[in-house]
Amino acid sequence: MFTLTETWYLVLAALIFSIGAVGLLVRRNVLVMFMCVELMLNAVNLTFVSFSTALDDLGGQTAVFFVLVVAAAEVVVGLGIIVAIMRRRQSADVDDISLMRG
Amino acid sequence: MTAAVLQNVLASVGGLPSIEFSSVAPSIILALGGVLLLTVVSVTKDKLPVWFPAVWTISAAVAALCTVFRLWIRVGKWGNLSLISGAVGLDRFSLFVIGTLCVSVVMGALLLEGYLRREDLEGPEWYVLLLLAAAGGTTMAAANDLIVLFIGLEILSIAVYILSAMHRRRMSSLESGLKYFIHGAFASAFLLYGIAMVYGATGSTNLARISTFLADNVITQNGLMLGGIALMLVGFAFKVAAVPFHQWAPDVYQGAPTPVSAFMAAAVKTAAFAGMIRVFVLALGPTYRDEWRPMVLALAVLSLLVGSVMALVQTNVKRMLAYSSIGHAGFILVAVHSSTAMGTSAALFYLLSYTFMVMGSFGVVAVVGRKGDGHHQLSDYRGLGRIRPGLALAFTIFLLAQAGVPLTAGFLSKFYVIRSAIDSGDTALGVVAMLAAVIAAFLYLRVIVAMYFEGEPGDEVAPVKVPAAVSVAIGIALAGTLLLGIVPDPVTHAANEATAELVAPRR
Amino acid sequence: MRVEMFTFLLAGAICLGGALGVVLLKNPVHNALSLVATLFGVAVLFVNQGAYFLAAIQVIVYAGAIVILFLFVIMLLGVDRETDEGREPLVAQRPLAVATGLAILGLSLVALLSAGQRATGDKADLAPLNQPGPDINHLAEVLFTRYVYAFEITAVLLTVAVVGAVVLSKRTNEPLIDLDEFPEGTVVDVRRRADDAKAQDEVDADAEVVAVPDTEGDPQEGGDD
Repeated sequence: MFTLTETWYLVLAALIFSIGAVGLLVRRNVLVMFMCVELMLNAVNLTFVSFSTALDDLGGQTAVFFVLVVAAAEVVVGLGIIVAIMRRRQSADVDDISLMRG
Repeated sequence: MTAAVLQNVLASVGGLPSIEFSSVAPSIILALGGVLLLTVVSVTKDKLPVWFPAVWTISAAVAALCTVFRLWIRVGKWGNLSLISGAVGLDRFSLFVIGTLCVSVVMGALLLEGYLRREDLEGPEWYVLLLLAAAGGTTMAAANDLIVLFIGLEILSIAVYILSAMHRRRMSSLESGLKYFIHGAFASAFLLYGIAMVYGATGSTNLARISTFLADNVITQNGLMLGGIALMLVGFAFKVAAVPFHQWAPDVYQGAPTPVSAFMAAAVKTAAFAGMIRVFVLALGPTYRDEWRPMVLALAVLSLLVGSVMALVQTNVKRMLAYSSIGHAGFILVAVHSSTAMGTSAALFYLLSYTFMVMGSFGVVAVVGRKGDGHHQLSDYRGLGRIRPGLALAFTIFLLAQAGVPLTAGFLSKFYVIRSAIDSGDTALGVVAMLAAVIAAFLYLRVIVAMYFEGEPGDEVAPVKVPAAVSVAIGIALAGTLLLGIVPDPVTHAANEATAELVAPRR
Repeated sequence: MRVEMFTFLLAGAICLGGALGVVLLKNPVHNALSLVATLFGVAVLFVNQGAYFLAAIQVIVYAGAIVILFLFVIMLLGVDRETDEGREPLVAQRPLAVATGLAILGLSLVALLSAGQRATGDKADLAPLNQPGPDINHLAEVLFTRYVYAFEITAVLLTVAVVGAVVLSKRTNEPLIDLDEFPEGTVVDVRRRADDAKAQDEVDADAEVVAVPDTEGDPQEGGDD
């Protein structure tokens, strides 16, 4: 009845990407915001692999490698900034570390 | 045995790619300069003079600039090339951008030298990250592949996130780093999703192959392509701080250490626009310009108006410069929007002159910020014309240049941009740009009035000290701003020659 | 085909459930565990599409390194308790965020579903997928030929990340210097004072109830443990 085509994967990836984007916008906890970024990047990975299968091309799979490296580098630096901030302020709430207004 | 396996592998892939290191010499010099600086400093701990990292950084940037000139001549002889399996495009467009980035590294290092001493901050890491960030920017400028472009952008962005958070005794610096990081990561995800969609639509991430594919095939159901274009544009708009993706910019510029704000305004904007032009004008220009131009038009108009108007109501000079940088991004977007060779060279000229103007402005702001980097209210500039006439005069010139007064770089850059808009038939857009320039002029006048006509003698909070390195940086910026305004011909000529071309990689 | 469909539905459900868990659950540790579920689901989907090597590194790098890093930071900083998500700092932020999310979803779905044939690109532009031999060999070939420059510059990216991590997590005892720019205190202090005042009011209103103000330690102190 239903055949599994790459469209299924692509729609699933779009859903994960959107959930990640909403999470990034609504959550106030910085750590959770970073996790939402990871969700978005994973959705992109899934998209790359699905297109790679659909196009019968290795390029998409190779791109996933680089996304992985970038995700790892981003997380390291992001968590470094959080650790630096929380040594000063015992709170993971973005609003609590908001000095600048206007 | 291993050799035999290697032979087989080589035969199966048609040989290893030839890596022409000389073609990416500027990036290599900058990256290697950063890594070597790190090594040298950690090996000879505390034995080096304080000025060593700054001088090293400036030497690396100047060396990279020299190779840019050599490559410029080489491109003149051999034409534009696509090298290292088509990942790097060696053309005069990328060389012009790389040169601009090297200039901003030189001035950024000079500003940092004065700043770090005043703030008692130690650490060659600032310079290491400055060099590595510039290496990322140069990679981006020469990228002929979306993946390479993305990694270059990430190197640049991540290094600048760290730099913004590195004044650890200022909470606002840490906060600005965090804010920049969150927005930047969000933007990267969008850009990447766009890249994935374009990959699905065209089957390649190589710009030259995308371009030829789109020229050879008409995609009837091009929803995927359009979605990819829109998402990539959102990603780039975040990076260049175009309205409505600009919310991070004022906070981040205000909180970041002032030399870093300067580098952010100059180098990050330059590299991001270079990437944007490569993707949109070069790869997608011939086939999809009717689709992306309206989106860029909306970004340009909004940035011009919102940037200029919001800058007027600020009382913090760093925020003011942040909003004015949004307005400047609007101008460059106008040039991108024209999607012609004339527009590209206008954008290049604008980016170089903006580098001088904004580096100089933030240099003055860094000095007036005084120890602690906290005096950035407009009231802190009262009477500067009396206490420090030279500094006030320099700031006046930078602000007038940003406003677009003749005989400065700002006038010609705005002129070229508006000319490119009118040349491609967008007279209305040209008029909006002029209007925004007029509104923005009031803002710059406000600061000038505060410096010269306000404040009583003796109400200064703290004396303003100008370190030698910073005065050199301001001097360079001043020379650049005035020279580009008075004798622009060599640079105009170079910017006109700096047309980019996507050469298909040899296979 | 039926097995693949079943796997897809199962893994897709895990992915979506995990993603929703990351966004909706209150405790950061639960969020991190939900993230693992999503990452695992994506890895299964990779296997389902024949990307075996990628599935392996997805588990090793993401679940094994990145999520552990998250958990490590959560534990290090002691923020593994439920956070207050009740208040909305900006007016109508949540509906706006959901609207933005729906817009993104709509855009991507329109983009993805508009064509009869989804992927319109050239087939096998780089190298075909189904060559003899394990897929790691073919990936390596592509990585060291067509993408060799991208591969080399990731070294710079990793250097930046290492330098950044070291610099940012270095301990400092110097006091903050920019607090006097905010005469009424930072947002934390203002909110804490408001909470204390509220607690005081409650004590006054009902003398039998003793409200104990939260003693989390002074945010002003260096906070280096």
